[in-house]
Amino acid sequence: MSEVVNHHPVHEAHHEELGFLRKYVFSTDHKVIGIQYGLTALVFLLFGFSLIMLLRWQLAYPGKPVIWLGKILGENFMPGGIMLPEFYNMLGAMHGTIMVFLGIVPLAVGAFGNYVMPLQIGAPDMAFPKINAASYWFYFVGGVVMLYSFFVPGGPAQGGWTSYTPLADIAPVGQTWWLVGMVFLITSSLLGSINFIVTIVQMRTKGLSFWRLPVFVWAQFVTAFLLLLAFPPLEAAAVLQLMDRLAGTSFFLPSGLVVSGQMIPNTGGGSPLLWQHLFWFLAHPEVYVLILPGMGIVAEVIANNTRKPLWGYKTIVFSILFIGGMSFTVWAHHMFMTGMGTTMSTFFQTTTMIISIPSVIILTSLLLSLWGASIRFTTPMLFAIAFLPMFAIGGLTGLPLGLTTSDIHLHDTWYVIGHFHYVVAPGTIFALFAGIYYWYPKVTGRMLNSVLGKIHFWLSLVFMNGVFLPMLIQGMAGMNRRYYDPTATPWGKAMQPFMEFISWSAWLLAISQIPFVINFFWSMWKGRKVTSDNPWDATTLEWSAPTPPPHGNFPTPPEVYREPYEYSVPGKEKDFSPQFIKEA
Amino acid sequence: MNPGTWRDWLPYPPNLSEHGPGVDQLNTYVHYLMFVMFIAWAIYFVYCLIHFRKREGHKAVYNPAKGKLAKVSEVGVILAEAILLIALSMPAWAAYKKNFPSREEALNVRVIGEQFAWNFHYPGNDGVFGRTDPKLMNNTGNSLGIDMSDPHAKDDIITLNEFHVPLNKPVIVDISSKDVIHSFTINVLRVKQDAVPGMVIPIHFKAVSGVGAHEITCAQLCGLGHYRMQGFVYIDTSEQYAQWHAQKESELQGASQ
Repeated sequence: MSEVVNHHPVHEAHHEELGFLRKYVFSTDHKVIGIQYGLTALVFLLFGFSLIMLLRWQLAYPGKPVIWLGKILGENFMPGGIMLPEFYNMLGAMHGTIMVFLGIVPLAVGAFGNYVMPLQIGAPDMAFPKINAASYWFYFVGGVVMLYSFFVPGGPAQGGWTSYTPLADIAPVGQTWWLVGMVFLITSSLLGSINFIVTIVQMRTKGLSFWRLPVFVWAQFVTAFLLLLAFPPLEAAAVLQLMDRLAGTSFFLPSGLVVSGQMIPNTGGGSPLLWQHLFWFLAHPEVYVLILPGMGIVAEVIANNTRKPLWGYKTIVFSILFIGGMSFTVWAHHMFMTGMGTTMSTFFQTTTMIISIPSVIILTSLLLSLWGASIRFTTPMLFAIAFLPMFAIGGLTGLPLGLTTSDIHLHDTWYVIGHFHYVVAPGTIFALFAGIYYWYPKVTGRMLNSVLGKIHFWLSLVFMNGVFLPMLIQGMAGMNRRYYDPTATPWGKAMQPFMEFISWSAWLLAISQIPFVINFFWSMWKGRKVTSDNPWDATTLEWSAPTPPPHGNFPTPPEVYREPYEYSVPGKEKDFSPQFIKEA
Repeated sequence: MNPGTWRDWLPYPPNLSEHGPGVDQLNTYVHYLMFVMFIAWAIYFVYCLIHFRKREGHKAVYNPAKGKLAKVSEVGVILAEAILLIALSMPAWAAYKKNFPSREEALNVRVIGEQFAWNFHYPGNDGVFGRTDPKLMNNTGNSLGIDMSDPHAKDDIITLNEFHVPLNKPVIVDISSKDVIHSFTINVLRVKQDAVPGMVIPIHFKAVSGVGAHEITCAQLCGLGHYRMQGFVYIDTSEQYAQWHAQKESELQGASQ
């Protein structure tokens, strides 16, 4: 049976030979686009991460000059090597923007979604290959615009990744470029999401009913709906803010605004809170855009490495669907301190508590999947199982922030930063690493080195916690976030040892990524070659395709015979029964 | 329950206001729930990793784990969250937001945020705020745009980054901003409220202990000076407060003569 998988006949060339540009640059092949997304997103992740390395210097050693950095970055950012507060704010704003919109979402959805999803549903490509390519190029332009904004007068955006008005309305020109960049990025996501939905609905191969879809495909499906429905309001809001800045409107400016003793000429009639509602109407579903694909990857890797079916497949899928729908009703829990009355706060803290339940259920299901398993501690599995307690901390620390009364104390403190980073950094990013280690052999035909992988994992795990756990304590002690000089207040000064500890953890975390970078490139040329199309003995459809899959993916359309995670089926010789192999 | 005992194990700052213990109490209970859930998960998790590791002669079991423990614990989590929400958070928030002290009985102060300072506007001896107009705001002595032709304005006390309140007296603070969004934060009083331009948002508190000076900070990013937008709240005994108020009034009279 498995010979069918291992030895493919010479594939008939369904596609004419393309030139280099058409094949690798302006390709419409979902796999090439997925790789483009992946490489671009990894570069942006590294860039966004290095911004925070710089910022952490100022937090650990406020005002201490770094002469050589000052020479590189110049008088506008670090005169004499001392970071300006404006530059500190730019680093914070651009770190958030880049990590979320240019790093994690493109990696989780653009790269993994694009590469893996069509393979997992047995499709030859996405439904609209040209729209798929357009989606990448809109993303690319959006990224270039964001990078370019570092070179405009006054530097890039500095009002936080949330760009709250009126601060953003009156900010230097970098904010305009931020808005233009966002319009490109949102357009990219919209194009991608429509494509994902149509592909999953229309292009599943024979026998692949919805209830046989891998959890990863379900996660991408729900994520696509979130992108489709949540992004348009932010696109509209970004255009309105552009109008405020360029055309003299005042959608987000109230009457009688006086900035440094001068009345703003175009002020009147607008509402600063309108921006926050529009922004968070996107940005809360966005949180689930960040986490759901990660959960999908973790589910795949856990099923594969426990060698047994996932516990509660349908429960997990219903929870994902419920989270998707519910995520549109919780946005104002980011705004509890805006003067919200009891009616709204009652509604939003209730919905917030309700949405925590399906997350708990998913986590419980994944934990229960470990029971009775035969766990292989492969590198992807290490990242996937570490995801569970890390995401648990991230999720649990959301509870006191989601209740209005306890939020009074924790709102806008380091506790918030610790909370959402636990969800996104040792949460989603670990899931993404699991995905990279897991699917790398399918993409390249070679395995990533597992010794380097394990070094990467253990160091990352230790230092991730070294960075984010102390933040929860700082926040509990009442330290506000986004402070250029944490020692400016007496209370902050007393907490300074935490800042130093976190910064050193962050720099060591950066060093911990070196084994990964080396592994990633070294294995491309020198890694152990896979001897089978299915090196992990997995059950889902992507492992039936040749390695690496050619344009068009499958020599003949695969057929699906069973559920996605049929591992250790009683009475079978092998401990895995792939979806694509007919058995008696 | 004695506030001193149940909150000591979490690194809270001092808690000096009347409503503050309610905030900390909920926070502590939520963290109890979090710790219980996390530790229960962690014990189970570590057990699985050791007991169900791949090894010679060990095989995975196809049939799913059975037993009611998961369901029972999930129902437990739902119940615990419902109790925290319905029995603690909602009533505390509603009480805090709705049960304002009367304006007559309380000290009324306006707080106006600007880049990067807190302005405090007291109504003075007549208890009435003078008229203000953003058109009159300037950087040369009238940052709040007070209309000095209004007789009520004559005795108004204006301070910068200096907020005096008497101990054990309810205070109503009307919070607004001249330019961008700030967030008026006094950690030790468990007070945090965004100052939104175009809106006047009233909050209230009563300091019940901690005579002396405490930090006021800004919790909402408001520009390059966000980190240094700080002032001090002085919790005064009623004698100290009366003395301070009288001194400010006599300075005003001296200035107008």
